[in-house]
Amino acid sequence: MIDQSRIRNFSIIAHIDHGKSTLADRLLERTGAITEREMRDQVLDTMDLERERGITIKANNVRLTYRARDGLDYTIHLIDTPGHVDFSYEVSRSLAACEGALLLADAAQGVQAQTLANAYLAIEAGLEIVPALNKIDLPAADPDRVAGELVNILGGEPDDVLRISAKTGDGVEELFERLVRDVPPPAGEVTAPLRALVFDSHFDAYRGVVCSIRIVDGRMSRGQQVRFMATGDDHGVSELGVLTPKATPVDTLGPGEVGYLITGEKEIDRIKVGDTITAVRDPATSPLPGYDEPKPMVFSGIFPTDGDDFEDLREALDKLRLNDSSLVYEPETSKALGFGFRTGFLGLLHMEIVRERLEREYDLDLVATAPSVAYEVVLTDGSEIEVRSPQDLPDPSGIQTVSEPYIRAMILSPAEFIGTIMELVTNRRGVMGSMTYLSPERVEMTYRIPLAEIVLDFYDNLKSRTKGYASLDYEPDGYAPSDLVKVDVLLNGAAVDAFSSIVHRDKAQDYGKMMVERLKELIPRQMFDIPIQAAIGSRIISRETVKARRKDVTAKCYGGDISRKRKLLEKQKEGKKRMKMVGSVEVPQEAFVAALQVDQ
Amino acid sequence: MISAASAAAVDAAADIASAYVHIPFCARVCPYCDFTVVAGRDDVTDRYLDALGTDIASTPGWRPFDAVFVGGGTPSRIGPERLAGVLDRVRTHHGLAPGAEVTLEANPEDLEAGTGERLVAAGFNRISLGVQSFDDRVLGDLGRMHDRRGAVRAVEMALQSGFSSVSVDLIFGSPAETDDSWSQSLSTAVALGPHHVSTYSLTVEPGTVLWKQVRRGAEEPDPDAQADRWEMATELLAAAGYERYEVSNHALPGHHCRYNAAVWAHAEYLAFGVGAHGYRNGVRTVNVRRLDTYIDRVERGLGPVQSSDAVDGWAREQERLFVGLRRSSGVELGEGGKALIASEDGRRLAEFGVIEVDDDRLVVARPLFTDEVLRAVVGLDPPL
Repeated sequence: MIDQSRIRNFSIIAHIDHGKSTLADRLLERTGAITEREMRDQVLDTMDLERERGITIKANNVRLTYRARDGLDYTIHLIDTPGHVDFSYEVSRSLAACEGALLLADAAQGVQAQTLANAYLAIEAGLEIVPALNKIDLPAADPDRVAGELVNILGGEPDDVLRISAKTGDGVEELFERLVRDVPPPAGEVTAPLRALVFDSHFDAYRGVVCSIRIVDGRMSRGQQVRFMATGDDHGVSELGVLTPKATPVDTLGPGEVGYLITGEKEIDRIKVGDTITAVRDPATSPLPGYDEPKPMVFSGIFPTDGDDFEDLREALDKLRLNDSSLVYEPETSKALGFGFRTGFLGLLHMEIVRERLEREYDLDLVATAPSVAYEVVLTDGSEIEVRSPQDLPDPSGIQTVSEPYIRAMILSPAEFIGTIMELVTNRRGVMGSMTYLSPERVEMTYRIPLAEIVLDFYDNLKSRTKGYASLDYEPDGYAPSDLVKVDVLLNGAAVDAFSSIVHRDKAQDYGKMMVERLKELIPRQMFDIPIQAAIGSRIISRETVKARRKDVTAKCYGGDISRKRKLLEKQKEGKKRMKMVGSVEVPQEAFVAALQVDQ
Repeated sequence: MISAASAAAVDAAADIASAYVHIPFCARVCPYCDFTVVAGRDDVTDRYLDALGTDIASTPGWRPFDAVFVGGGTPSRIGPERLAGVLDRVRTHHGLAPGAEVTLEANPEDLEAGTGERLVAAGFNRISLGVQSFDDRVLGDLGRMHDRRGAVRAVEMALQSGFSSVSVDLIFGSPAETDDSWSQSLSTAVALGPHHVSTYSLTVEPGTVLWKQVRRGAEEPDPDAQADRWEMATELLAAAGYERYEVSNHALPGHHCRYNAAVWAHAEYLAFGVGAHGYRNGVRTVNVRRLDTYIDRVERGLGPVQSSDAVDGWAREQERLFVGLRRSSGVELGEGGKALIASEDGRRLAEFGVIEVDDDRLVVARPLFTDEVLRAVVGLDPPL
């Protein structure tokens, strides 16, 4: 059993690219948890996609042993956190297992909105914050300025801000000392009934569900009968261990210890992240405070390009869900795109990652419709429904009100871009909440904006308007009624469900015009004129025409041309197979993707 | 409406035995050309003709040809005597059936006084002149070496030389051309009175000089203008008595090109020369495309065939439609035609009036959409 007073549990809060993973590598190296030979960069990021994008999706944890200057050995658990806004619920989970958080900021770029949002989460959770600047070795580093920003946010003295370089290892020693000194050891009673927090889980094809746990009170031992308090399921502890980072089985874990638990459970749905595990014999009376299940905020229809791949898509989604309980999907049928799934995501990055994994890891060719949000619709009979897809919006005559989800957006930016950001946000129906100068050059702004206005391209727009300097974080901020209409797009007189969109009435005209103009460029000329119309109900608000093709015949076909020409036409025919027939109109796959990418 | 008699005549072309002979030499390569051609290689002309002779002599006999087509390149460039030699080889080793059609492709600048007569004496009875246009601006744009006057003179000389059939090739739809200049080229052709007129839309073929120019931003032929001009040609030539019997070919009665008619009727044909394509015993063959390789292989006693491809079963039926549907008289319906009509694509094409069934014949009623039909044909599954 480990001396509880010499355990330190902490997370690193950092923006993408601010060097969290590199720092984690250095910590592992410094404590000998991993030898140089074993060293792969960014050990904690296990998925290929994470490595490539430099982001961390699944929380992970590792046990380090550090001999401090006081001559004592300390057990330090580093609990990894994802850096992106979509995954803030995972951050809360990780933080719940810690007493401290290292707030890491890039000494050149300064604090970013996500970091700040997560830092506030940590402060609210009562964690001790250890501020640090990374990348002090960079020529562009301006540690004094960024330290000033951190002090403005967190209080304290600039001298308290650690200065490190994860790349060179500078300051890492000092960091360990600070963690030992400032992060409190875990409280918790070893004699109290067992209470352990499940702060993550993943599915392993051979071992079943693997839970990441933090013991709060009592002890957990191999062979013990335990109960998951939320589900009431009882299980035997078949394996208990810690990650060093290699999975190392142990017999017992006591208060403050972090590790993994395998019970033999095969159904990931039976394990609720946030649940409390107690002992079957002498159980705890009340569970630990849990946290809310994440709610999907962004929805998109995902369809296989080839209808025969529908079952493959279903299987791929089922598999992804094993390790991503936040992914939700239900079958959806589109007249234009066939059978697919209405899929809910935590945010845009989440959506992008899922789509990419489906295509890359499961080798699927997909068409995805424009992301939309969930609307709350009150019908004239007083009943209430949730609409996740524009197709499902009832006829206007049956609707009393439509409410849309709002978010509270936090934007951090150099002060010089305030004007352009305000313009962008106002354009997106945003209302300003507050504006705070973090330093004379940097400002924090909060806005209330309809989520629908940011799901398409807000972030890209913000980045391009601010030369990449502004950062964004958001959290749900309730629903409010809006004057929303459904804009349909008609090809050759027939509405194409995949192109329908719910937009604010004031923007319907512009949206319709943009869609028909764009489709005019994307739809190839065919044997007949194709009118493209945008409509609200039966009222046409915009119209273009793809003129009929006049000539589709090669000049010659003589004895020498036959095989070549046949091959050419076979190739063209193959190309046509990738078109979707919408009524009598052939629409290229790219049109669905390109038409729905909104930019200005 | 297709008369039973003309349909029967068209289908009878399936029984024709024919041969294609390739002469690759050109003074220079036209920017739009993607055939097997060489410029600046006149030094190997005789070695090539020797190899060609060996190729002709060593190809297993079939039966005397009903049609021979000497194409290029610019066959006229090697002169009547050498051409007579080539034809002699064919005659000696394979024979020519009585009344066989013997066509030569020629460029206007190669026709001097007496040339036509010497060709006729050698046995050529049909000449196809690469006039392309009677507009000097268009000719310049197409990189041709003759002008309007030379073209007119060549057609007149050809008509007076004793050929049974004189054909004029025209290209339309180049960026330099206007509706007016095209209409005038057509009128000039009609006024000269050849027996046959081929009208080709200028096509940007991958790898050609024109293709590279277009990729670098040069103006592309406008397909809508080409559609207009195709219609102009069909109308203007029909009014002068030329019946359009294939997408790009128009003839006075009795002057269809028999060699091409055979190809479109899915008949087989032999092929001699560099890059030449043959179709014999159900197998399509392609000869090597590089001149030196061709000569080398034939001299060393190796065959010139680079690749061959058997066409049988359903593919053969698809090909019957594929080559036959470019004809105004279409094809006999057959298994393939029935499958097309029954298919999703076929129903659509019928709905838009692109294909029609008439007296058990399948016809492309809107020839400007022929490729749409042919794509449907190559995509047909065999009936169960």
